Amino acid sequence: MTVVIDRTKPPAPGSSEPGPVSAAARARAKDQVGGGLYKPRAPIYPKLVHGRWRAIKWAMLIATLAIYYITPWIRWHRPGGLPKQAVLVDFVGRRFYFFDIQLWPQEVYFITGLLVIAALGLFLTTALFGRLWCGYACPQTVWTDLFIYVERMFEGDRNARMKLDASPWSFNKAWRKIGKHAVWLAIGFSTGGAWIFYFHDAPHLIHTFWIGQAPATAYLFCGLLTATTYVFAGTMREQVCTYMCPWPRIQGAMLDSHSLQVTYLRDRGEPRSPHKKGASWEGRGDCVDCNQCVVVCPMGIDIRDGAQLECINCGLCIDACDEIMLKVERPKGLIAYDTDAAVADREAGRKAGYQPIRPRTIFYALALCLVSGIMLWGLTHRTTIDLQILRDRNPTFVTLHDGAIRNGYTLKIANRSFADATAEIRLTGLADVRLKTPGEPSDAAMLTAVIPANEVRAVRVFVTAPAAALSAPNLPAQFQVKMAGAATSKPTIFLSGAANPR
Amino acid sequence: MSNRETDDVTGVETTGHEWDGIRELDNPLPRWWLWTFYGCIAVAVVYWVLMPAWPGLHGYTKGILGASDRRNVAVELAALEKVRGAEAQKLKTVSLAQIEKDPQLQAYALAVGQSIFGDNCATCHGVGGTGGKGYPNLRDDVWLWGGSLEDIQHTIQVGVRSDNPNTRFSQMPAFGRDQMLKPEQIDDLTEYVVALSHRKADPAAVARAAPVFAEQCVACHGPEGKGDQTKGAPNLTDRDWLYGSARADIRGQIWNGRGGVMPTWERRFSPETIKALAVYVHANAAGQ
Repeated sequence: MTVVIDRTKPPAPGSSEPGPVSAAARARAKDQVGGGLYKPRAPIYPKLVHGRWRAIKWAMLIATLAIYYITPWIRWHRPGGLPKQAVLVDFVGRRFYFFDIQLWPQEVYFITGLLVIAALGLFLTTALFGRLWCGYACPQTVWTDLFIYVERMFEGDRNARMKLDASPWSFNKAWRKIGKHAVWLAIGFSTGGAWIFYFHDAPHLIHTFWIGQAPATAYLFCGLLTATTYVFAGTMREQVCTYMCPWPRIQGAMLDSHSLQVTYLRDRGEPRSPHKKGASWEGRGDCVDCNQCVVVCPMGIDIRDGAQLECINCGLCIDACDEIMLKVERPKGLIAYDTDAAVADREAGRKAGYQPIRPRTIFYALALCLVSGIMLWGLTHRTTIDLQILRDRNPTFVTLHDGAIRNGYTLKIANRSFADATAEIRLTGLADVRLKTPGEPSDAAMLTAVIPANEVRAVRVFVTAPAAALSAPNLPAQFQVKMAGAATSKPTIFLSGAANPR
Repeated sequence: MSNRETDDVTGVETTGHEWDGIRELDNPLPRWWLWTFYGCIAVAVVYWVLMPAWPGLHGYTKGILGASDRRNVAVELAALEKVRGAEAQKLKTVSLAQIEKDPQLQAYALAVGQSIFGDNCATCHGVGGTGGKGYPNLRDDVWLWGGSLEDIQHTIQVGVRSDNPNTRFSQMPAFGRDQMLKPEQIDDLTEYVVALSHRKADPAAVARAAPVFAEQCVACHGPEGKGDQTKGAPNLTDRDWLYGSARADIRGQIWNGRGGVMPTWERRFSPETIKALAVYVHANAAGQ
């Protein structure tokens, strides 16, 4: 018998069980408890806090923003008509410039390597010190911090903001809100505006941008990043980390009980309760339940619940707690960068310590060294010359009047240096061959072609081999190209025509 | 027959038409549909005024915007001319040898030449230019009428055995078909030609054919059989054979005296196009 499960209908009257509720029904009941498809965002009003970690966070904010805004404006000397911008992703010219390093699209594996190194670096840092990236360096954290700073400038600190939001609309509320959003948009626009300078010559683009002559992609990406900055840092904030970012999910595999993370030392803090000045500290924990760690948290969580997905390890609760501990004259560090293992050890009465060297960190460090080493070796040993050979397919060979055989090839020679160079082209592996390119008066054992700086040039090469040298249908041979001290060779075949007698 | 009545189920009047028992409800058109329809009519009227629209007895209504596909083509051709720019202009004035010396101009000429060759010449000479039986191979170093840039250019201009008054022209007699020589003499001549190209042949036949060759063939092919490019007479001593190297092929050629036709191209292509074509053919040939 088939049982039809209908989850769209409410349970039968008189049934004591609540019965399953469909998603649609839940969405309709969004005003009730447990209703709605999504958890509505509970506004977070992080309180300003002072202290060591807050200072480090300000320093990181200034440093990362400075790198982001200043980098495209660094000029760099390159010869000839090459771009003079130190860091430039030139999509039109298909080159990536990074100071003295210049990458071609064929060398995109260096970017891949860089990403692998970045990932391994993140793994290692996380295994050792927890989510430092999330707390201090991630653009989402940096820009959110900046936006909260602006918010505080216009609307005041936590309590003032909560009061303002709860109050009815007034001129005071309106100008503060409008001012805040205007500055947010301006920051968003300057973020998008700085982004596009990485892709075009900055001093030129800043001019053409305002007179409407910049490429459409510049306007598009400027608009896109203005919007994402405004929305992500202004209105979405912690939801980006909690719901959109994959890193909080991945980090579970990086962290273990020996990783440093922002930790509430429950061995010291519990049992928690409010404390009256002068009362005894015997038989109770150091936590006075002042809630300061919660009100300063930009993620809106309670660190005393233990390590959690939402925690970005920014350490602001450490600063807040230390301030309180100072006031109640207890030792600082009730909330601190500590490990789960240390907490467990102290609870069990064992000696606790930090163990940075573990199989996990050794492996990450080795992998990081290996990949960095390979990339560095590749970068320092890459040649300025590149050769690709395309054999003529029609005709595959031509018989000359005396029985000699001629094969045609197109050699694509890349000159990755910044100076024009003369390529010397030879064919080895076949005796007495003569090379010719259209425009040259006669055949010769060696052919030369000028390859302009920073370009790929296709060179037509006709190779003639005397009848006596032709011993088999397919003769293996190598093209050798020497150019400005660099040399390369690639295998090819010479078809003697013996397989196709005419 | 119109017989309007009200439908019981929907309470809507029918159109009164009935087809095999099927009746149609007379529902009003959706408003969005109606307005779209009126909008289309309005656009159509505006279109008649602006664009070419109604045919008449003598021509058609031109529209006040003056749009014309013919003019669009002219504009696009002018733009193309502009894009080709300096290279196309240079090609008109510069000599053939100079084109080969200028890498940029040569690249342009090769690109033009390749596309013209593919459209016009490949039919007979093949896409790769290697020809076939009766169609000369343009990639090797054997040339009937000369393989220099100027020779190639001239051949393309006037053609071979074409209707151009200045055409390149040669005519090998059909010694067998026209009964100028006896079949045995042609057999002997075949052996003689085989011997000329450094292959084994019957010495007795060669000896018999020597006076016949001297009498009949030397005028064009030369005493040593090396041919003459001014007359379009092929070299008989090399390994290249337009109509095949086997004895039967050589005998057939002496018997029938075949000669192919290449059209004249100067009426069809501009002089600079022919220049580009000559440069392309010369660049890919093993040359002379």
